[in-house]
Amino acid sequence: MTFYDVKQEYNKFNFEKYIKNISDKMIENSIQKEVLDDMDFLNVLSAKASPHIEKIAQKAHEISVKHFGKCILLYAPLYVSNFCVNNCVYCGFSTTNKIKREVLSFKEIEENCKIISSYGLRHILLVTGESNIKTSVSYLKKCVEILRDYFEGIDVEIYPLNESGYKTLAYSGVDGLTIYQETYDENLYKFLHTKGRKSDYRYRLETCERAGSENYKNLSVGVLLGLNDFISDIFFTGIHARYLQTKFKSAEIGVSFPRLRPAAGAYQSKILISNKNLVQAICAIRLFMNRININISTRESKELRSNLIPLGITKMSAASSTEVGGYAKKNTQSEGQFKVKDTNTVDKVKEMIYKKGYQPIMKDWIKL
Amino acid sequence: MNKDTLNIADTELESRIFIGSGKFSNNMLIPKIIESSQAQVMTVAVRRFDFTNPRENILNYIPKNIHIMPNTSGARNATEAIRIARIAKVAAKTNLIKIEIVSDNKYLLPDNYQTARACEILSKENFKVFAYMNADLYAARDMQNAGAVAIMPLGAPIGTNKGLKTEEMVKILIEEIDTPIIIDAGLGKPSDACKCMEIGCSAVMINTSISTSPNPVLIAEAFKDAVNAGRKAFLAKVGVMSDKAIASSPLTGFLHNK
Repeated sequence: MTFYDVKQEYNKFNFEKYIKNISDKMIENSIQKEVLDDMDFLNVLSAKASPHIEKIAQKAHEISVKHFGKCILLYAPLYVSNFCVNNCVYCGFSTTNKIKREVLSFKEIEENCKIISSYGLRHILLVTGESNIKTSVSYLKKCVEILRDYFEGIDVEIYPLNESGYKTLAYSGVDGLTIYQETYDENLYKFLHTKGRKSDYRYRLETCERAGSENYKNLSVGVLLGLNDFISDIFFTGIHARYLQTKFKSAEIGVSFPRLRPAAGAYQSKILISNKNLVQAICAIRLFMNRININISTRESKELRSNLIPLGITKMSAASSTEVGGYAKKNTQSEGQFKVKDTNTVDKVKEMIYKKGYQPIMKDWIKL
Repeated sequence: MNKDTLNIADTELESRIFIGSGKFSNNMLIPKIIESSQAQVMTVAVRRFDFTNPRENILNYIPKNIHIMPNTSGARNATEAIRIARIAKVAAKTNLIKIEIVSDNKYLLPDNYQTARACEILSKENFKVFAYMNADLYAARDMQNAGAVAIMPLGAPIGTNKGLKTEEMVKILIEEIDTPIIIDAGLGKPSDACKCMEIGCSAVMINTSISTSPNPVLIAEAFKDAVNAGRKAFLAKVGVMSDKAIASSPLTGFLHNK
């Protein structure tokens, strides 16, 4: 049974009706449980749980410290190409946007690696748009081989591959995969992704399963908050994460909660995801999945990132550039995939973490 | 009383508390915790060795007189653990290695089969292997026969602070295994550590319960006191337990009066 099948089982589930009947008592019971089932997760995620947010946050903090201590792993993304065949309306790389398209040469990748590693970062996320011609698997393989000389942990956030593609990249040194479903609502997904390979909802949904079958160490999922109803998308993020943990027992499962940020094309979200929504999402998923990695990127402000740390964050990007090869460019030439909000240097992010009473971790894996 | 030391891996230790280093909020706490616990051994995940960031490199905070015991945290099978151990040997200049192999990230229980395999290969390469394991007699025997210098059964799943839930199995290991038994993982309170020592464990390893305490330095001292108390009780032999009261002034005492 793939996750697509698991999700199908919820097709007849009436979220609205269930949520309408959630009571304070049900929420309190769910918060107190050591192991939350699907409906407990929905209870603490619902708008009705909003008055209980402090209690949920306290529990999330307690669980996080127990499982992870007071440690935050830092990493940076490296965008190697913005060529893309898709037309996602919310993304700066969409084919409809008239932006300068480029793909980094191996020499440029090396220049960027030197700069990022000079910040002290030892973990990297390799990011591309979707173009299997401009950024073929053999190109990505060569990229990874270069990254291996500079970094101890390499994850990729690239277009979905088949098993053979993931195997090739694992062999060259990739440790993990991040893939955003954007929204778990199949109809909305099809509306937002009308063109290109990304229009295949199911193929994207089962991406982590193909990487997991190649023994990837890290598997991370998420949605783009602001595209759809917040509760159902976070709910399915959690259900997806649990499915992956059950299926790939030795993998570390992670989630991210990116909120829509301004990007080329100026897509305006119709759904506002408040800070309180974000906090509730982070805390609820921590209660549901105690051991999961939770990542917060530079899409969020430094003040908010600082406040989110004790709630269960385990991983943060720092000094990010979302522009292709942006680290080696003297001047910012575009907004990249999205506009970065926390522009602090790695040293400043480290200081912020220390001030919060936590320990920044620069290295948490080793090249084998 | 003769000096009571723990002889392990060709080393004589006066302290019977080992400290883990994985979850501290600041590396600056480490020397203070070493001092208050009087530990002589600290285990460090090789994945956290970081020679490019001196401030974040945990190795820079461990006092010189402390034995560093690298661990293979993150290894999912024997092959990965062996590779990590070899890296540790060069990087930390020690042949001590604590094998941690976890192939289930939900419960983080050690994989005994893979651990026994790693013990065998690494012992042949002259590593002094400390084997973190699920309390199981057959697996412990395999690890001992493979050359492990210490068997480290968990008291409870790691990070749970639930105490010595595996007590009955650990007692069997103490009875049947000649290699020192060191309880690793799950101990939450000093009294848990005391209990381990009372029943005859050679030492205990503590991490989460110190690192997540609001006062890590003071709780480390409490663990030291508890370990010492438990060890002394083991050496002294505690009195026999009974369900019924036994008068401390026996009725037939006069028969023995001269």
